[in-house]
Amino acid sequence: MATLERDLRAPAAGRRFGFVLDRPEWLGPLMIAPAVLYIVAIVGLPFLLALYYSVSDISMGRRTLGFVGLKNFISVIPTSKFQTSLQNTFVFAIVSQVLVIILANILALALLKEFRGKWVVRLLLLLPWVAPISLGTIGWLWILDSIYSVINWTLEAFGLITADGWPMYLGKPYLAMGSVITVHVWRLLPLATVIILAGLTSIPKDIHDAAQVDGASFWRHQFQITVPLIRPILLVALLFGLVFAFTDMVVIFVLTRGGPYDTTQVLASLAFFTGIQGGDLAEGAAIAIFLFPLLLAVAIVFLRIARRAEVT
Amino acid sequence: MAIVETRDVRKHFGDVHAVDGVNLTTKEGEFLVLLGPSGCGKTTLLRMIAGLEDPTGGEILIGGQVVNDLPPRARKIAMVFQSYALYPHMRVFDNIAFPLRAQGVPRVEIPHKVEWAAGLFGIEKLLHRKPRELSGGERQRVALARAVVREPAVFLLDEPLSNLDAKLRTSARDELQQFQRRIGTTTIYVTHDQVEAMGLGDRIAVMQGGKVRQIGTPQEVYDEPADTFVAGFLGSPPMNLLEIPDCLVGFRPEHFLPKEAHESRDGLLALKFHISRIEYLGADRLLYGALEGKFPDTKVISKLASTVSTPVQPGKTQDFAVREKDFRFFDRETGLRTRPRPV
Repeated sequence: MATLERDLRAPAAGRRFGFVLDRPEWLGPLMIAPAVLYIVAIVGLPFLLALYYSVSDISMGRRTLGFVGLKNFISVIPTSKFQTSLQNTFVFAIVSQVLVIILANILALALLKEFRGKWVVRLLLLLPWVAPISLGTIGWLWILDSIYSVINWTLEAFGLITADGWPMYLGKPYLAMGSVITVHVWRLLPLATVIILAGLTSIPKDIHDAAQVDGASFWRHQFQITVPLIRPILLVALLFGLVFAFTDMVVIFVLTRGGPYDTTQVLASLAFFTGIQGGDLAEGAAIAIFLFPLLLAVAIVFLRIARRAEVT
Repeated sequence: MAIVETRDVRKHFGDVHAVDGVNLTTKEGEFLVLLGPSGCGKTTLLRMIAGLEDPTGGEILIGGQVVNDLPPRARKIAMVFQSYALYPHMRVFDNIAFPLRAQGVPRVEIPHKVEWAAGLFGIEKLLHRKPRELSGGERQRVALARAVVREPAVFLLDEPLSNLDAKLRTSARDELQQFQRRIGTTTIYVTHDQVEAMGLGDRIAVMQGGKVRQIGTPQEVYDEPADTFVAGFLGSPPMNLLEIPDCLVGFRPEHFLPKEAHESRDGLLALKFHISRIEYLGADRLLYGALEGKFPDTKVISKLASTVSTPVQPGKTQDFAVREKDFRFFDRETGLRTRPRPV
């Protein structure tokens, strides 16, 4: 009896820490701590700082930080630069997302089928996503260059344009917007395709077989069976894409820097130019977080719809 | 209504011959069951008839017309899947209406037809529900209603009862057969469950290794198996097989009874049976053991109905017997039936 008691007690005394890890109330917090730390330090604090900057009078080179209320917003919102950028942001985000969703659906459908060399196509398709985006965009900068544009050289070689009629892809307002949208679509397409492909492969094969036996034509099959079934995941892809398009500026920064005449300026790039390059941190912060409430609302609505969607 | 015929239909996946030259012809309005173990090619054959799978060779005819090049929707077939494959995002009404809409049935006729089909299976009250709000049995009825609503020439059913619990399966089997008799549509039914096959089929095609081993009425395939595979696959427990000098001889466990349990002493072959274990199954008892004497150490099983009152005990050797007319003879090499001979 005495030995048994000792045996039971001995390891507990020696390896107390080991048993702490067996208790869910300790192990849980311990495992999640790095993630919480990461989010607080890298996302939470900068975000709160940006919020505070937007209602302060901070600027580069000044050591004071005063609260000014909504002054930054009131002064920047009426400016034509801001209004143009706001409008451009919506055009850029919405047009690129519509294109991305349509093209990604087509690509995902094509990649669902078995064919020779499928892996090569998949690899090529994913390349824009795995390559550093600034590098890829610099490639596009040369493709769209006013003198060296390989597109123009090719078009001229085929006699489709003349030497004095070369389009200035990045130098004319509408062409420039078209160009940045094209490159942005090129860049986001892989992610959206992979997400949609995952959604498509999750539909049981029987459902497609049943639709085929039931006599559904291609379009009926797509729009009444496939698309409704992947709607939740489609919305997630769209949400990712929209947030990306509303907040990212790498493509615009590398290709046009917002030009010509601010016709491709979006809020993200305007915030950068005002806050970092212009030195007015407070106004830059105000521009940067201007769309935050809208994006938050969009995210909530999308995630709710996605969760409500019917899946067996 | 139509006759389905397959002529030397084959399906090869690489080196695997999933279906290897199947010749079948249904009769008008017949309930034909494709029965076999998993991987025997029965589902692949059904999918080829449906048009969901292209045959590697051979011809498929529905109503006398070669349909090899027709898509599923042009074959006048309806199919019920093992998973039911209901459209999860549509209400029951829209699920049943889907094939009608796909075929361009005038809008005004659709509610009427849907209600008719739902009425056949007693699911009128469920029309506004989503599939996930239904029980397994209800889903199965919806799947059947969706299949029947467009009045197809041929029904193809792929193990439609296998996802139901045992009790429900029995009643669903009964309903399914009554329903098929009533509408009289040619039906091909795939299953690996011999009870289902025996209970439902007008005829059973027993398949193995991509080939049809035997086709016949339930009684024919059970009583007169064409080879040792059919003899072993049908019947639970399977047929006992003994080796005699130039062939194999088989007899059913329920024919292997204590000597005194046989009605007549004539034409009996007596065998010494050493019982090692008894399983009591309520309606029957299964006696496991081995023969002694003429066939030493040959494992056999006896199935005694509860009406047999002869006492049996594990560990004992008792006198058992089989009527000679219950013996079935098979070639030792090919496994095929051969002529009877003295044992």
